[in-house]
Amino acid sequence: MQTLAMDPTRNRLMPRLLIGVAALLTLLIVVAPLVYIFARAFGEGWKVYAANLMHPATVHAIWLTSIVALIVVPINVAFGIAAAWAVARFRFPGRSILVTAIEIPFSISPIIAGICYLLLYGRQGILGPWMQANDLQVMFALPGIVLVTMFVTAPFVAREVLPLMQAQGSEQEQAALTLGASGWQMFARVTLPNIRWALLYGAVLCTARAVGEFGGVSVVSGNIRGQTNTLPLHVELLFNDLNATGAFAAASVLTLLALVALVIKAVLEGRRGA
Amino acid sequence: MTIAISSLTKRFDQTAVLRGIDLTINDGELVALLGPSGSGKTTLLKIIAGLDWPDAGGLVVNGQDWLPLPAQKRRIGFVFQHYALFPHMTVRDNIAFGLTVRPKSERPSKTAIAAKVDDLLGLLQIPHLADRFPAQLSGGQRQRVALGRALAIEPAVLLLDEPFGALDAAIRRDLRAWLREVHQATGSTTLFVTHDQEEAFELADRVVVMGEGRIEQIGSADQIHDHPASPFVARFMGAVVELPVTLRAGRAEAAGLDARMLERRAMADGPAQLFLRPDAIALDADPASPWILSHKASNGAMIRATLRRADGTEVPVDLLRHSAPDLSLGTAYRLRPLTGAVFPLDGVAQNDAPRPLPILKEKRQ
Repeated sequence: MQTLAMDPTRNRLMPRLLIGVAALLTLLIVVAPLVYIFARAFGEGWKVYAANLMHPATVHAIWLTSIVALIVVPINVAFGIAAAWAVARFRFPGRSILVTAIEIPFSISPIIAGICYLLLYGRQGILGPWMQANDLQVMFALPGIVLVTMFVTAPFVAREVLPLMQAQGSEQEQAALTLGASGWQMFARVTLPNIRWALLYGAVLCTARAVGEFGGVSVVSGNIRGQTNTLPLHVELLFNDLNATGAFAAASVLTLLALVALVIKAVLEGRRGA
Repeated sequence: MTIAISSLTKRFDQTAVLRGIDLTINDGELVALLGPSGSGKTTLLKIIAGLDWPDAGGLVVNGQDWLPLPAQKRRIGFVFQHYALFPHMTVRDNIAFGLTVRPKSERPSKTAIAAKVDDLLGLLQIPHLADRFPAQLSGGQRQRVALGRALAIEPAVLLLDEPFGALDAAIRRDLRAWLREVHQATGSTTLFVTHDQEEAFELADRVVVMGEGRIEQIGSADQIHDHPASPFVARFMGAVVELPVTLRAGRAEAAGLDARMLERRAMADGPAQLFLRPDAIALDADPASPWILSHKASNGAMIRATLRRADGTEVPVDLLRHSAPDLSLGTAYRLRPLTGAVFPLDGVAQNDAPRPLPILKEKRQ
């Protein structure tokens, strides 16, 4: 008890101050906007909120965003596993280039990606005339949105799975082979169970990003209401229309999706540690 | 299963890992691959398993060429040093794995698989662990499960990579005796890799000593101890005393050395190198000898004496304390080797540098 006076943690001022600052910043930057979104969305009552959500353009935006996510996430999960497997298990020429290439979408602004696709597949683009001749439309249509979203979300799964596969090594897979397992059995019964939580975690991150992607999509979608307007673009459109309540209602859907993703992510992180 | 390995070579980039391996393993034999790390023994094991491939050479098992055969088709049991158990499966499911992945037409019924696993759990002395997960097991228990998983497919050949390397000494000794029993019970041709001499000699029918991608010697414990085939083997077996000698009529001669107990060697007269183990040297008082006792220490069972020559060369000698003569510091003693190996000087030099061609051991002396 006598040593209490010497206890350096007895002086609680500094820790309290720092915790207070952190709490205040979180409140200002995270909590307040979150509350504000729902406050504005429900500001004019449940009925207006429901009416805003049921508006055909908004329903279509939600539907389009879901379709994009449903196409993009499985493709990127497959790509992520394949890339992680190739990098973790094999030595081949160009391996380090592949590792860098996986990371590229993180370092490039999505708008740049969108513009690149525009310059390639757009009407005035390099492939434009040929595609027009063959009646293929990529830009200002679903394929373009899917392509850009795929590019932007490509790294998430690979980045989660790769370090795990590298850390685990290939001995379990070799053991499965010597026990007579086919390549598919080895993957399904040994590799996949080992990476399942990281895979799900990456898929959740990938979904959250695919749903929320704005910059790249805004370049290639053309913002055609009821046709190529994804949910994030729709929020902006409504806002520009001075329909703030409608914008906040649509935003609340995105926010809810993000919160759900966050909860799943937290649960998975706990599982992954186990 | 008879395994015939011929002229096997393997390189990783610029490094030759296997420099021409010729080895025949007979049906039901228990063979140890013994060597320091980097000698290529694990690579050889993986090539037999189908987990690695040689650049050239042959691998024939019971008359069948195994090199084009994928690992799945070889029916080998491979036990990894770090067990490589499947962490998300129970012990029971781990052991059953090799049976459950078989195509439907060859797969035993569920009850047959369960019965087989129960049998193995009994053989492995771990029936109480059947429903645990690998993370809940000790190292020794994991190794038993790994062996059970390999044995479940009734392998034609059992391969073990440093099977006890990650375990502590007492458990290692237990498992060693037990592996010997398992081998006798199953009778499968077994090959294991180790860097532990004691383990290799105690367990194996034959020991294959490897160094730098070559087979240095094949033999029993006594043969390798008493007649190391090369300076490499001599050093690896603990012959740390190296003395320059002159050969005359096949006998090593040097001041203060009495090599009459060593066999005469059919070697040309001239300078040579004598390799001795400290525990295979006796000491006789001899005022004419240049070897002076400079130090002695006892650990109760053994006396370690150090003899020193005027030029600073030191020779350690280990003597059983109860049968050792009274030794007094500062006295001159003659070295009387009980066993030892003599190699021509150029042979010693050659062995230090990598040789371009595989050396057949029959060439010795």
